[in-house]
Amino acid sequence: MKEFFLVAIVIMIFVVIFQIAKASEYVSVLKGEEKSRKQNNKINGFLLISFLVLGLAGAWWCNDLYYGKTLFVQGSASEQGEKIDLMLYITIAVTGVIFLITQVLLFWFCFKYQEKDGRKAFFFPHNTKLELLWTTVPAIFLTILVVFGLKYWFKMTNDAPKDAALVEITGHQFAWEMRYPGKDNVFGKKNFKLYNKPSGNILGVDFEDPESWDDLHTTQMHLQVNRPVKLVINAMDVIHDVGLPHFRMKMDAVPGIPTTMWFTPKYTTEEMKVRTGNPNFVYEISCDQVCGASHFSMRGVIVVETEAEYKKWIAEQTPEFISLNKKPDAPGAADSATNKVVAQVLPK
Amino acid sequence: MSSVATLSNADIQGVHDSAHHEHHHHETFVSKYIFSQDHKMIAKQFLITGMIWAMIGGLFSVLFRLQLGYPDTTFPWLENVLGHWAKGGKIHPEFYYALVTMHGTVLVFFVLTAGLSGTFANFLIPLQIGARDMASPMLNMLSYWFFFTASIIMISSLFVQTGPASGGWTIYPPLSALGDASMGSKIGMDLWLVSMAMFIVSSLLGGLNYITTILNMRTKGMSMTRMPLTIWALFFTAVLGVLSFPVLLSGAILLLFDRNLGTSFFLSDIVVAGKILPNEGGSAILFQHLFWFLGHPEVYIILLPAMGMSSEILSVNSRKPIFGYMAMVGSLFAITILAFLVWAHHMFVTGLNPFLGSVFVLLTLLIAVPSAIKVFNWLTTLWRGNIRFTPGMLFALGFVSLFISGGLTGIFLGNSSLDIHLHDTYFVVAHFHIVMGVASFFGMFAGIYHWYPKMFGRYLNNTLAYIHFWVTIIGAYLIFWPMHYEGLAGMPRRYYDFSNWESFKMFGGLNEFISLVAMIVFAVQLLFVFNYFYSMFKGRKVTTQNPWESNTLEWTTPINPGHGNWVGEIPEVHRWPYDYNKDNREFIPQTEPVGEDESKH
Repeated sequence: MKEFFLVAIVIMIFVVIFQIAKASEYVSVLKGEEKSRKQNNKINGFLLISFLVLGLAGAWWCNDLYYGKTLFVQGSASEQGEKIDLMLYITIAVTGVIFLITQVLLFWFCFKYQEKDGRKAFFFPHNTKLELLWTTVPAIFLTILVVFGLKYWFKMTNDAPKDAALVEITGHQFAWEMRYPGKDNVFGKKNFKLYNKPSGNILGVDFEDPESWDDLHTTQMHLQVNRPVKLVINAMDVIHDVGLPHFRMKMDAVPGIPTTMWFTPKYTTEEMKVRTGNPNFVYEISCDQVCGASHFSMRGVIVVETEAEYKKWIAEQTPEFISLNKKPDAPGAADSATNKVVAQVLPK
Repeated sequence: MSSVATLSNADIQGVHDSAHHEHHHHETFVSKYIFSQDHKMIAKQFLITGMIWAMIGGLFSVLFRLQLGYPDTTFPWLENVLGHWAKGGKIHPEFYYALVTMHGTVLVFFVLTAGLSGTFANFLIPLQIGARDMASPMLNMLSYWFFFTASIIMISSLFVQTGPASGGWTIYPPLSALGDASMGSKIGMDLWLVSMAMFIVSSLLGGLNYITTILNMRTKGMSMTRMPLTIWALFFTAVLGVLSFPVLLSGAILLLFDRNLGTSFFLSDIVVAGKILPNEGGSAILFQHLFWFLGHPEVYIILLPAMGMSSEILSVNSRKPIFGYMAMVGSLFAITILAFLVWAHHMFVTGLNPFLGSVFVLLTLLIAVPSAIKVFNWLTTLWRGNIRFTPGMLFALGFVSLFISGGLTGIFLGNSSLDIHLHDTYFVVAHFHIVMGVASFFGMFAGIYHWYPKMFGRYLNNTLAYIHFWVTIIGAYLIFWPMHYEGLAGMPRRYYDFSNWESFKMFGGLNEFISLVAMIVFAVQLLFVFNYFYSMFKGRKVTTQNPWESNTLEWTTPINPGHGNWVGEIPEVHRWPYDYNKDNREFIPQTEPVGEDESKH
C-alpha cells in the first residue's frame, strides 16, 4: 500500500512539473522567443556560478564529514604503505590545483561571458604559444608523478628481503586458507589433483614430499610485527584477490598462477586498537575480485603480534600432516610413517 | 589526389541523386520505419533502442542501490516483481551480482556504444560531410538489426531459470567459465557471449561504414581539415572499434569453447564445488589481456563522440571558433593511439611483471597530456565568448566539468603504486562513472538536445530540459563525489553487504544517501524520456532552417529532410566550420565562398 502511495506521489509530481513546463512554453511564445531565451540565459548563468560556489563548499563539507573515516588518519600499518600514502598526498596536491583552476575558470567564464546585448565574441581560433604552454606544463607535472610513482612501485614489487617470513594464502569460494612452511622454511609440494575433501586435504598437499610434513595449515593468519612477510598467493577455483587495506596491499589470487607480495607490518593488532580508538579493530583480508554469490563475505583475519606471542602461537599449531593422519579413519599404512615424522617435527 | 577523387565522386553522386530523387515517394511503413536504409531513421532506431536499454540498465542500478542503501530493510513488493530472486523482499546475492553485471554490460555496450556512437555517427556523418547517405545503407541497416538481435538475446537471458550472467561486466574466467562456480555462469553466460558476438558484428558493420563514408563521400571542398570536430571524433571512434572489437570477439569465442567444448584456454589447476577439473595449461590472465585490449579502447569509443559533440556545441553556443582546431584533432589522434597501449593498467595487481607495469604507467599517464590540451582548449573557447545557455550547451559544459573531475582521478589510478591501494574499491567506481558514464551521458544529452530539431523538426521542452540538466549534474556529483572517500577507506566494489566488515561498515548513512539521490536522478531521466517522446509529436515546431545559427552543413538541409538529405544538389564547402564572429559577422556557413577582403587566420 505504501508503495502505491509513493508511486502515486511521484506521478503527481511529474504531472505538476509537466504542466508547469507546458505553461512556461506558452508564456515564452507569448513573450517572444528571443526575450524569454535571454531571460533563461541570465538564470542559467547565475545558476552556473552558484553551482561552482556551492559545489566547492560542498566538497569542503564532504571532506570534513568523511576524511576521518578514510584510512589515512590512522596512517599505513605497513612500512611499504607509507610510500603509497605519500604518493597519494603528492597526487592530491597536483591534481587538486589543476581541478580548482579548471573548474573555477569553466564556471567563471560561463558567468562572465554569458550572452549580453552589444557584446561581440572575440574571434580567437588558435595561439601556438598558449597551446605549447598547456602541452608542456601538464607533461612536466606528469613526469614528476610518474617518477615518484615508479620509484615506489619498484621498491614494493622488488624481491622480499631474505629474512622475510613466508606464508601461503589460498582463496577458494568463499574462504581463505593459510599455510606456514614450518621449521625448514620450505613448503611441501602441492598438486590440485590430490584435492581430497573427505580426508581433509583440501589444499592438495603432496604428503609424499617430506618437506610437507612440518607445514602448518591454519584459517587465521598470524604475523610478527616489524618483520617482513612474503605472501605466496594461490586460488583453487576462480580468481580472488588478497586485499589488505590497512597495509595498502593487494594482489590477485589466480588459479594455476601463484603470485607473491611482501610487506612489513608496523603495528600489532592491539596497537591498532589504540591507534584507531576502536576496541573491535581487526586486520581484515577482503576479497577484492568478484568471485561468486558470497564474494562479499569472503573475509579473512590477520593477527599481528609481538615476536614472543607469534612464536608461542606457532608452537601451538599441529602440522597438517599429523592432524590429518590422526583421524581414526586414516589408512594404516600412513601410521608408521606418521610416527616417525612426529618424532622429527614435533617441538621438544 | 584523394581530394580530386572525392570531388568527382561527390559530383557524380550529386547528379545521380538529384535525377533520382523524384522517384523516391512510394515508401511503405516497413521500408520507412522498420527496415529503413535512411541513415537518419537508423540513427533514431539506435537512439530509441538505446534509450529503452538505458531505462532498463538504470532500473537495475536502482534495484541494487536499494540493497546497498537499505541492507536491513525488506521490500515485499520486490518479491512480487522478481519472484524467487527476491524472496521475502530482499534481493538474493546471486541476483544482486546479476544486476550489477547487467547494469555494466547494458550501459557500457548497449547504451553508450550503440546508443551514443550508433546514433550520432549515423545521424551526423552524412549530414555534416555533405553526403546523401552512408557508403552502404544496406550494411548500415544490418548493423542496427544485428544490434537488435543482440538486444533480444541479452534480454532473454534475464528470463532464464538460472538468471543472467553475474560475474561482472568484465566476465573474467574461470568464474564466467564454470557453471559450478556461479548460477550466472550457466546458460545466462552463454547467452551473454552470443549476444556480445552479435553486438560486435553490428559494431564492425557500422564502424567500417562510418570510416568508408568519411574517407570517400565528403562533398566538394570538404577536405579533412574542414570537417567539424564531431566527424573527426566519430571517425577515430570507428577506427578504435574496428581495430579492437575483434579481439573481444576472439576472447568471447575462446571462452565459449572453454565452457562448452572442453578446451583449456583460460583454465588450469581448478577444483570447483568439490570437483577436480581436468583442465591444465590455460591462463586466466590471458583472457584479461584479450578483454582489456578492447575494454580500454572501449572507454574512448564511449568518450570520443561525447568530446566531438561537446566541442561543436561549445563553439556554436559561445559564438566563437573552437580554439586550436588542429590541436583538437591532434589530441583526438593521440588519444586514439594511446588507447591501444594502456590496457594492462587494469591489471596492475594480477601479478603482472612490475617492469611491464611501469611501461603501462608511463603510457597511461601520457593520455593526460592530450586530455589537458582538450580541456584548456574548451576553456579558451569559452573565454570572451557570448555564451548562449541552450540545454545542449549546458550539457556540453557539464561534460567538460565531469571530464575534468573524472579525468583527474584517473591520474591516481593510472599510477600503479597508488592503484595497489585503490584497485577495485569504490574509488574506481566513482572514477569511471564520472568520466566515462556520466560525462558520456552528458555528451549524449548535449547531442540530443542540440540535434533534436534536425531529427524531428521540433524542439524539446525547454523547462523540462533545464530541470533535467540541473538535477542530473547536481545528482551526479552528490552520488559519485563522496564515493571517492569510501574508496580511500579501501571499501571494495561489488559487495552485497558491508555489515560484517569491521573495516567498511561505517559508511551505512552515506550509502543510504547515495541510493536516495540515485533514485531521484533516475526519476528525472524518465522525465527526459517523456519529454523526448512527447515533443516528437507536440513539441514547438522549428520554423527556421538554422535555429542555432550554426555553420555546419546539416542546417542547410530542409527542416524535415527526406531520404537523400538535400533537395537539389549537395552544397559545396568553402571554409572550415568555425567562422563565428569573424570580421564582425555573427556566423559564416561553410557553404559561403571566401570573400576577397576576408581576413586570414
